[in-house]
Amino acid sequence: MLFKLNKLKSGLAIAGLSLTLGATPAVGASLLNSSYDIARELFASYNELFQEHWQQTTGDNVEIRQSHGGSSRQAQAIIQGLRADVVTFNQVTDVNILHERGRLLPEDWQQRLPNASSPYYSTMAFLVRKDNPKGISNWDDLTREDVSLVMPNPKTSGNGRYSYLAALGFAQQTWGEDQDAIDSFMKGWLSRVSVFDTGGRGATNSFVERNIGDALLTFESEIQGIIEAFPDRQFEIVVPEISFLAEFPVAVVDRHAERNGNLELAQAYLEHLYSKEAQRLLAGFNYRVYDEEISAEFADRFPELTLLGITDIAGSWENAMQEHFANGGQLDQYQRR
Amino acid sequence: MKHQQRIGDQPWLRRLLILSALTAIGLLLVMPLVAIFAQAFSAGAGVFWDNLSDRYTLHAIGLTLLVAAITVPLNLIFGVFLAWLVTRFEFIGRKLLITLIDIPFAVSPVVAGLLYLLLYGSNGWLGSWLMDHDLQLMFAWPGIVMVTVFITCPFVARELIPLMQQQGSSEEEAAVSLGANGWQMFRRVTLPNIQWALLYGVILTNARAVGEFGAVAVVSGNIRGETNTLPLHVELLYQDYNLVGAFTSASLLASLALVTLVIKSLLEWRQHRAAH
Repeated sequence: MLFKLNKLKSGLAIAGLSLTLGATPAVGASLLNSSYDIARELFASYNELFQEHWQQTTGDNVEIRQSHGGSSRQAQAIIQGLRADVVTFNQVTDVNILHERGRLLPEDWQQRLPNASSPYYSTMAFLVRKDNPKGISNWDDLTREDVSLVMPNPKTSGNGRYSYLAALGFAQQTWGEDQDAIDSFMKGWLSRVSVFDTGGRGATNSFVERNIGDALLTFESEIQGIIEAFPDRQFEIVVPEISFLAEFPVAVVDRHAERNGNLELAQAYLEHLYSKEAQRLLAGFNYRVYDEEISAEFADRFPELTLLGITDIAGSWENAMQEHFANGGQLDQYQRR
Repeated sequence: MKHQQRIGDQPWLRRLLILSALTAIGLLLVMPLVAIFAQAFSAGAGVFWDNLSDRYTLHAIGLTLLVAAITVPLNLIFGVFLAWLVTRFEFIGRKLLITLIDIPFAVSPVVAGLLYLLLYGSNGWLGSWLMDHDLQLMFAWPGIVMVTVFITCPFVARELIPLMQQQGSSEEEAAVSLGANGWQMFRRVTLPNIQWALLYGVILTNARAVGEFGAVAVVSGNIRGETNTLPLHVELLYQDYNLVGAFTSASLLASLALVTLVIKSLLEWRQHRAAH
């Protein structure tokens, strides 16, 4: 008896489910955007903006689906067959891999859109506790014995790599040719790191929820977001005078977009990121933008500083990865005591 | 005769042991469970309901149920066939087959997911053929079902094999000699003998199919509202700083586990009563 009842129930459940799944409405075109972990709210807002724009210019409705994860993992999934039409990543190297490993887009993808295909950018800054008790204002404060730091691991996280390169850029500007001084500075601040988390959000949780460290090293945009998310903790942001230009590259994944018949839509989706309304939206999410008018509107939120690119600091990403982050590279040597 | 003292006889020691066991259970099992529900309702029932009726949460629930609804019947049939085969027939490679059943237990779920990706992903052995025929298995719901079937396939067979071995085939032989055909024999003799173990296996299969994280995470592609199962949804919400939302979904999974345990105990109790 019990058996029959159970079978009947599961049969009904299957029937009900296939109905609900089958009933998912199929809108005209559908675009898949593969993006990095912490950009969920950003693209949820931008998608609405773009859907409206697309409706006004072409009269068509478009559905935009989002996939989020660590951007290296996302790139790997796309190579393995996740049919994303566009990528909106936080690391240039992860887009390069789509060309190198999968030939999914041409090598010169960065030249296809303005500002090296990076519609917005950010920089690395410090989040400190209420009233900045340790008086941290610049990179050289981080080497002090009484300071403890939290950051994502440069081995596993682009975010961590950016902070490392920012510090290196500061050292190069400060000590020029004096390699010994640069080395001892790098060794010094790396030895003050008490937690290397695997990813950006993990580092944030260590600092905010577990109360570890005097300063968190992460994106300026993430820091502004944390300050807004936890108003009663009264965290403060410290933007050092020299830092790294963190690009957020976007690209059409040609092979997939062509296959999905979305090439034109995908291009329009990325180009619209450069429009005034989109740039305003991005600035509202605490990213720096290139549009001068919008930058001026948000000037009080983004203090001026010297931004160094990857070419200034290490020549190229390839170089940086080999010389600094590979096994046995500079990072490993600095951390050896 | 003088009574020999054993270790457990001192009342203070006994109490100490019981107390420490209870404390451990409280800290390791009960408190986390309570915490899940406390967190889920920490912002009030209204917020709990809003999180529950969120479009993406509803989809995650639907997808998780779909995966279970396909996985459980498949593995039910597979498990019965397999158990039947290895307990009722003697053939070369029988022992090997019994060992092979345990592979999904022995392999880490992440590895299982990667195996499927290597095989069916677009760079995989079968992947390019699938690509040419426009069949998307990985990063879509069929892939999630495939890895879940793999992960959960031993549960039913593992429950049935020892029981069927112990029962032997004499009753079935008797049925056949009295003129029953194969189906009648299975329906009237075998099934009543194994029904409790079978149901138990189904419950375990279902619990694991609903809760699987590692293997599913590898092949899901994390497309919100499309390939996000409930366990993945919990992680996603947590990373979005939506603690209440994450624990709302987690409380659903926990409730499911509790219901499963209650059904399991009920079955054991009935089985126990039937045996006497």
